[in-house]
Amino acid sequence: MADADILTLTDDNFEMSLGMEETPVLVDFWADWCGPCKGLAVVLEEIAEEQAGNIKIAKVNVDDAPSTTIQHEVLSLPTMIVFKHGEPVAKIPGAQGKDTILEILSEFM
Amino acid sequence: MADTPVREVVIIGSGPAGLTAAIYTARAGLEPLVLEGEPSSTSDQPGGQLMLTTEVENYPGFPEGVMGPELMMHFKAQAERFGAEVKTVKASKVDLSERPFKVWVGKDVDAEPTYLAKSVIVSTGAQSLMLGLDREVELIGHGLSTCATCDGFFFRDQEIAVVGGGDSALEEAMFLSRFASKIYLLVRRDELRASKIMQDRAMANEKIEIMWNTSLVEYVGDTKIEKVKIQNNVDESISDLDVTGVFIAIGHKPSTALFEGQLDMKDNGYLKTVPGRTATNIEGVFASGDVQDDYYRQAITAAGSGCQAALEAERWLEEQE
Ligand SMILES: Cc1cc2nc3c(=O)[nH]c(=O)nc-3n(C[C@H](O)[C@H](O)[C@H](O)COP(=O)(O)OP(=O)(O)OC[C@H]3O[C@@H](n4cnc5c(N)ncnc54)[C@H](O)[C@@H]3O)c2cc1C
Repeated sequence: MADADILTLTDDNFEMSLGMEETPVLVDFWADWCGPCKGLAVVLEEIAEEQAGNIKIAKVNVDDAPSTTIQHEVLSLPTMIVFKHGEPVAKIPGAQGKDTILEILSEFM
Repeated sequence: MADTPVREVVIIGSGPAGLTAAIYTARAGLEPLVLEGEPSSTSDQPGGQLMLTTEVENYPGFPEGVMGPELMMHFKAQAERFGAEVKTVKASKVDLSERPFKVWVGKDVDAEPTYLAKSVIVSTGAQSLMLGLDREVELIGHGLSTCATCDGFFFRDQEIAVVGGGDSALEEAMFLSRFASKIYLLVRRDELRASKIMQDRAMANEKIEIMWNTSLVEYVGDTKIEKVKIQNNVDESISDLDVTGVFIAIGHKPSTALFEGQLDMKDNGYLKTVPGRTATNIEGVFASGDVQDDYYRQAITAAGSGCQAALEAERWLEEQE
């Protein structure tokens, strides 16, 4: 399964899970009701598979994680935030193509 | 590459037009390749413009209405069921000057073409216009939005502005009134372009205040929108409007840059086709959907013209044999 390696985070496990990861984690803030989130999800599954070991992908459904969403000032869906050792290092508002995402990630891998 | 296979048909775009063309050409056994575009938060994305809307009420076959993204997932599944191959990429260059036609994907447009095709169906649709103000691109996602259904949620109990006076502006304003405490609808002139039914609904909504003859001229705020400057177009006076969010819905332009100098266009940038048909000035290249329609611009008409393009391509390919 392609999505077996994608973490699902909520308010309860967000900080703990990110702190434990050695590789950078790209967190995708999304919701059921967001159309552009669907296209992005497909691309992130591909990246999770191709870059396994270099980068971890995590997903936050904003309806399940209201405080995390507010804390990270997410104002638009989807928004991707890259974390390294639990700290946010880059914020990418809006859905983007695969090449653009990989280019941004290459700085942190 | 000498061994790049020549496809019967390559379809550029995956809105209602492109995916309908895919359903028809796939059922005809032409094994179409669909270049569906890349994720983005504008309408220029896999699935097209309907990915940005909620309920579609006028697409026949759904008496209770259907969510735009869900409708487009169905289109795609139906095309794939008959063998259409869908790739999440954008065409970056085309050469339609000789057959087989050449299509490139990705940044390296000097390399060998990525795909070769006997026929091409162009259904690249239309994308939203922006105001073109300073810092517009960097403020997207920081209070400025191109997608009300994506971002409305974050403006609960806040005052926001919607720019535009057509159906889509009013639809956004109505949708946003579920969240925001107040919506200023900034209308450039002293009338709305929107249909009567939408005007009546918007006027009856007490959260929406229409500001006539008003243009947004500047975004104010360092890291996110804190307020905006607006101009009264009658006396040209400038004033502040305290809003934390701005949604732009001022219309669309056809996505035709890729075909400049190759396909005939009208003055407004829409592709020209033979009247009543989808054939373009180049034999074997067909155009369907909003990219060639500056009049109807509906999901059902786009789907209808995607069907026309598929049937025309199919017949044209038969004639070539
Ligand atoms: C907010 C909103 C609400 C709407 N509500 C309704 C409604 O209720 N009912 C209705 O009938 N209509 C509605 N419409 C209009 C309707 O969405 C359009 O008429 C219809 O989507 C047009 O379909 P299309 O296939 O021509 O193009 P689009 O839907 O615009 O799709 C264009 C496609 O081309 C792709 N593309 C563009 N450039 C490239 C490239 N270089 N390479 C590869 N792919 C590319 C894009 O990724 C996209 O998939 C609405 C539109 C909007 C914006």
